Amino acid sequence: MSIQEGIRMAWLSLAGNKLRTFLTMLGVIIGVAAVIALVSIGQGATNEVTSQVQSLGANLIVITPSMSAGVRFTVDDAATIAARVPELAQVMPVITAPVTAQYGITSYDTTVQGVTESFPVIRDFPVAFGRFFSAADVQDAANVAVLGQTVSSQLFKGLNPVGRTITINGQPFQVIGLLTTKGGSLGQNQDDLIAIPVTTAERLVRTRYVAAIYAIPKSADLSAVAVGHLENIFQHQYQNDQAVAVLAQDQLLSTVNSVTTTLTLMLAAIAGISLLVGGIGIMNIMLVSVTERTREIGVRKALGARRRDVLQQFLVESVFLAGVGGVIGILLGVGGALLISGLAGWATRVSVGSVLLAFVFSAAVGVGFGLWPAMRAANLNPIEALRYE
Amino acid sequence: MIDLQHVTKIYGQGDVRVTALEDVSLHVERGEMVAIMGPSGSGKSTLMNLIGCLDRPTTGKYVLAGRDVSTLNDNQLARVRNREIGFVFQTFNLLPRLNALQNVELPLVYRREPRAARVRKAMAALEMVGLGERMHHHPNQLSGGQQQRVAIARALVGEPSILLADEPTGNLDSRAGEEIMAIFQELNQQGITLVLVTHDERVARHCRRIIRVLDGRLVGDEPVTAPLRAVPVHSDQEAAQA
Repeated sequence: MSIQEGIRMAWLSLAGNKLRTFLTMLGVIIGVAAVIALVSIGQGATNEVTSQVQSLGANLIVITPSMSAGVRFTVDDAATIAARVPELAQVMPVITAPVTAQYGITSYDTTVQGVTESFPVIRDFPVAFGRFFSAADVQDAANVAVLGQTVSSQLFKGLNPVGRTITINGQPFQVIGLLTTKGGSLGQNQDDLIAIPVTTAERLVRTRYVAAIYAIPKSADLSAVAVGHLENIFQHQYQNDQAVAVLAQDQLLSTVNSVTTTLTLMLAAIAGISLLVGGIGIMNIMLVSVTERTREIGVRKALGARRRDVLQQFLVESVFLAGVGGVIGILLGVGGALLISGLAGWATRVSVGSVLLAFVFSAAVGVGFGLWPAMRAANLNPIEALRYE
Repeated sequence: MIDLQHVTKIYGQGDVRVTALEDVSLHVERGEMVAIMGPSGSGKSTLMNLIGCLDRPTTGKYVLAGRDVSTLNDNQLARVRNREIGFVFQTFNLLPRLNALQNVELPLVYRREPRAARVRKAMAALEMVGLGERMHHHPNQLSGGQQQRVAIARALVGEPSILLADEPTGNLDSRAGEEIMAIFQELNQQGITLVLVTHDERVARHCRRIIRVLDGRLVGDEPVTAPLRAVPVHSDQEAAQA
């Protein structure tokens, strides 16, 4: 029997029992769709988190004192750290405080960040319009502000804010620049801030203490050395490795990546199990089908079908079940992934690799789980098969 | 055409050995119409399976159409069945999902004949048994007699050396049975070799020679001096009923 003839036979038999064919396929459809959708979501989440972490600033090192360990940093500590760790190119103290900004009768609650002129470089966060404040502005504790996009649009509703005067907690500030759009990161809107000189912030919110110290190394390769150096210093100083948290962006990135990759693999494994169950469904139905059609097999053998012909006939059926189920599953999986990204605003990425993997796997399921029933059919003794009731 | 030489068939091994056929020699010439008779358990089914190349003899030799087929492997036997034997079964054994034409095509499918030639030959075979009008009916749309005629067309389509019928009228009423016997006699007139396995004396008397089997041995081989003539009934009434 030719392959073409085999496909025709398989089609006749599958089309003859549509409900059963559909239900058998459903197992594979759900399995393949689950593999693709879950892997897409996993990869999308990985990409999202990675880009968010990267958006914090390339090679950023964040030094955070632990309040519970009784450690607090002031602005002067930033200069001390800069002097003691030669691997660092720039060090910047950050004072963070909630404030109310007002322009005319419009007021808006936001966060002020007291930083230095290094901010655009350290945070990889340039101005879109106007200028950032200078070292002199920091020195003088000038009342100048650079707005994030969200703050600007809330206060100015599309007007150009540069050159206008706003009040922050009642004190007048001149807006000298507007930051670029950065988007959200790890659940925070990074555009919802006002940057002012750290010296001005000390006065405005009446504090000497900084929330964190940001730094960047002289080169990317020095990041690990710098972190090691910093940890050494703080360990020595406080005799407590919990006192100060030193976190490098690339470390964070690799940690986050390994977590999300594990998560993606776990999702894929769960989905893979459902695909396996679908394959067992195919095997089950094919075994039932072989038993039901014992007489047919006997007739075919009497008419001259060889073992190979019978094997091929049943194998084509199971591969067809798995193959068509696989294709439908791919369409559903891709559709599901797009739907989730549309509804939940969650980035998904359908990779060619996951689609290909799912399809090859489902075809393999068809051959693998179809082989045993097909061999049982092929090995039937024609005399006994013809006598089967 | 059929030449069985001292054929013995033993099933099982050791204590459960059953000798189904013992030292059977049988010769059937081209163009004969032979009935094989015997009660159940006599070994006539075993004999039929051997003649039909569904099984191999334990000892002895079977020469079919000039070829020794007693030592062929499964695939070779399948090929011999496909080329040399046309089976007609008691229960028709048409495949329910295929229509009459597709059922008749089957032996040619396994011969890898191109589709056009297959359809042409299958149609001719169906015409021959008077079912030219019902080629696209499925078995459940046909009466028993019509189904058996489709089965005969299927047996004939590959132009086999022998037509081997196992109780072909066993599941039919007497009128349909008569019709089938008429077709067999007509085919035999055209020179086709027929072997009928039956336990019905009346059916056997339509043949020209009766071979009797009992307890695994041939116990009789006599010519039928005046075979019964089956009255060829045309299928019009039956078609009207169906």
